[in-house]
Amino acid sequence: MTTPTQCWLRNLFLPALFLIFFAAYTEVPHAAAQDAMLQPQTEKNYQPHSYQGKVEPDDGQWIRPAKDYASTRYSSLDQINTNNVKNLKLAFTFSTGMTRGHEAAPLIVNNTMYIVTPFPNSLYALDLTKPGAPMKWVYQPLPTPASQGVACCDVVNRGASYDDGKIFYNTLDDQTVAVDANTGKQVWKTQIGDINKGESITMAPIVAKGKVLVGNSGGEFGIRGWLTALDEKTGKIAWRAYSAGPDKDVLIGPKFKPFYPQDRGQDLGVKTWPPDAWKIGGAGVWGWISYDPQLNLIYYGTANPGPWDSEARPGDNKFSSGIFARDADTGEAIWFYQYSPHDLYDYDGVNENILLDLPIKGQTRKVLIHPDRNGYVYVLDRTTGEVLSANPFAPITTSRGVDLKTGLLQYVTEKQPMVGKVVRNLCPTAPGAKDWQPSAFSPRTGLVYIPHNNLCMDEEDVTANYIAGTPYVGANVRMYDAPGGYGGAFTAWDPIEGKVVWSNPDHFPVWSGALATAGDVVFYGTLDGWFKAVDAHNGSLLWQFKTGSGIIGQPVSYKGPDGKQYIAILSGVGGWAGAIVAGGLDPRDESAALGFAAVMKDLPKYTTKGGMLYVFALP
Amino acid sequence: MFSPFLKPAALTVVFLVIAGAASGQSRELRVCADPDNMPFSNIQQRGFENRIAELVAADLGAHLTYVWQRMGRGFVREYIDRSQCDLVIGVPADFRLLLTTIPYYRSSYVFVVPRQSNVKSVSLDSPELHGLKIGVQVLDENYTPPGTALARRGLQNEIVGFDTTGEDAESIVRAVAKRQVDLAVVWGPLAGYFAQRYRAAVKLMPVEPEVDPPGLPFTFAISMGVRKGNTALRNDLQNVLSTHSSQIHDILAEYGVPELPLAPQQTSISRGQ
Repeated sequence: MTTPTQCWLRNLFLPALFLIFFAAYTEVPHAAAQDAMLQPQTEKNYQPHSYQGKVEPDDGQWIRPAKDYASTRYSSLDQINTNNVKNLKLAFTFSTGMTRGHEAAPLIVNNTMYIVTPFPNSLYALDLTKPGAPMKWVYQPLPTPASQGVACCDVVNRGASYDDGKIFYNTLDDQTVAVDANTGKQVWKTQIGDINKGESITMAPIVAKGKVLVGNSGGEFGIRGWLTALDEKTGKIAWRAYSAGPDKDVLIGPKFKPFYPQDRGQDLGVKTWPPDAWKIGGAGVWGWISYDPQLNLIYYGTANPGPWDSEARPGDNKFSSGIFARDADTGEAIWFYQYSPHDLYDYDGVNENILLDLPIKGQTRKVLIHPDRNGYVYVLDRTTGEVLSANPFAPITTSRGVDLKTGLLQYVTEKQPMVGKVVRNLCPTAPGAKDWQPSAFSPRTGLVYIPHNNLCMDEEDVTANYIAGTPYVGANVRMYDAPGGYGGAFTAWDPIEGKVVWSNPDHFPVWSGALATAGDVVFYGTLDGWFKAVDAHNGSLLWQFKTGSGIIGQPVSYKGPDGKQYIAILSGVGGWAGAIVAGGLDPRDESAALGFAAVMKDLPKYTTKGGMLYVFALP
Repeated sequence: MFSPFLKPAALTVVFLVIAGAASGQSRELRVCADPDNMPFSNIQQRGFENRIAELVAADLGAHLTYVWQRMGRGFVREYIDRSQCDLVIGVPADFRLLLTTIPYYRSSYVFVVPRQSNVKSVSLDSPELHGLKIGVQVLDENYTPPGTALARRGLQNEIVGFDTTGEDAESIVRAVAKRQVDLAVVWGPLAGYFAQRYRAAVKLMPVEPEVDPPGLPFTFAISMGVRKGNTALRNDLQNVLSTHSSQIHDILAEYGVPELPLAPQQTSISRGQ
């Protein structure tokens, strides 16, 4: 039953039969050696300059994901120091019984420790007043299993916040919950997103001015990104600020005064996209939120625009891959700056923002420090959004720098990806010079401690794929170690000079958070399971402990009921980098985990999965 | 939904399958299929991939069972690699995640245009496309390949997105028939099947050029896919495909699938191996 149309089609198509085959092998000439590669600069004669600004008073607890509103992840406890850290011993452990990636920071409030697990997002309370810290209660929100299908990069959760007697956190299936910190009873639970729209939530909320602030994930699934504020007492939604769309949806009004002209204008969240594309344009809010109580501003980054194929969304794609400053009470936008306009490489702008007051060219400026996926550590004036400096902290070939006059990232045109085009030696890769793994700041050294990646990638020949019977082609992304021959590093960064002070390479990307302490000991973990203590001044290894699984959690420090300083970390490999272990992916499939698995090929030889809390103290 | 003459053929094959199972043969053929994705497959087993699966099972004397699963991201990992099922009936011939058979058909993305329109021929490069409404299907968050090609030509503002699967799969062809969009670009098997319902209203024309340089193709050869390493089953399937080639093409024709000739050179290519 062949229709005439089909016969005609047959004839017409014959001459071009082999075109695809050759086209698939078309290569764009390249010469990696000739690529201009920006490299971080090292500070030769570093003179420690301790921080002159204020740090939030420390009561020895850890009640927010980033310790304080300024997101320093700095503990003023100093019992553990560079001399005695070698004696650090395991105090107690706790198994979560779960095998996916554990990214959360434990909270410590009123002699109780709280742990949020990956999906199914159980909340455990441990009693620190009793030997071995036995479990007080567990709260189980029972998120729908279907939500695992809309998590791009493992079913992680980055933790909780405490305020006013309650623990607040999010479930993968888009609920924000408030749990009584004493009893473990649910106080309220609000559904704020929809997995059927591709939305999930993995981020750790913060509570500021009586509002719980939560953003969504799912840029890989055609979501529309937002930040939502819920009343901390009732769970009612107070406001929602979208990352794209008309000004009224983005909460852009008369107070909005971006520093650069390219961010000014009416409804840029619509006009910088093809029609209606902003409705599925991604720009989720799955990273960190900082808060400046004095300016009453919150700061957070927006994720990459969707779809991944940048050719399908001409324009700057505002307000993706950038940072918003908003009024903490009303959510009104105050300023916005776009790190990566019309993002080409999955450079989300969601990484941490550390709020500091630093001397810049002789003047004390209120700044925020932001190590971005695109490879630069940005120092922005946090009152205006002006870029004061942007220096590379990892190898960069995709851009030539940031123009400090215009604030614009200088893309390298020949590195622009295109469906069917081979583009080699792209650095940083899709997970960025640094992904979500948060840095710490020590006021004693004035340095920012950055866990990060050291990777480059090729977008190779097209590879055929299909969804539900419909074929398409996508780039076959292959990642590999950047110059130096290692996959990651833990780097001490001078934010004033914009230079590396010291850097410890690691075989794999360093996917854990960082902790700085007043004992001048800095802690981080590696994907192969080592929990490390290094000297804050020079990075030398002072102590290490091999945990049962790879570490992608965030270390914290607290004062126990016995007056001793403790260090806690969740071990349990997973996340995007560790999905090859946690998700049981096939290491032979280089495109697994969106191309990241290739560089992680040998990780299964180094670690197995399994979530466990480790807590350390001096004897 | 179906023209009555299709049924006897389907019943015969079903009968053969049941006969095979009843005669005590224990071999089982577990096929991963989408429960709601006509014309490929549905849970009522009315898709052409269901028909082809029945043909294969009958030839192998195997008992046919289905694992119904939406074929989205991650499904190969969850279902094939973990041995939940053995076989996917239709995947691109050079799909790297599976061991594929020789291709058994090849089709193309097509323009679906109103039958009454003056358009005699249309290419992605036709200036007339500017200012039109062009339907394109969306896969997860990405447009199907013609969407990228249109955007490259500055036609992103002309694109209207449509769902690809489920009940709404037909909507893109219906939209052309009802003149809600001026034309649409649709994967051939889908377009051909739904165009049968709107034969008086729409016609299909091939997407030109066949490849958008440097390497964005609009035609695809389709194979069966099995778990990597399962060469025995792959070889069995290839025998079935060679033996029943004409029956398979008849099935495809019944569903209105626009076919292109298979290039002999392509059948031996398995890139990356």
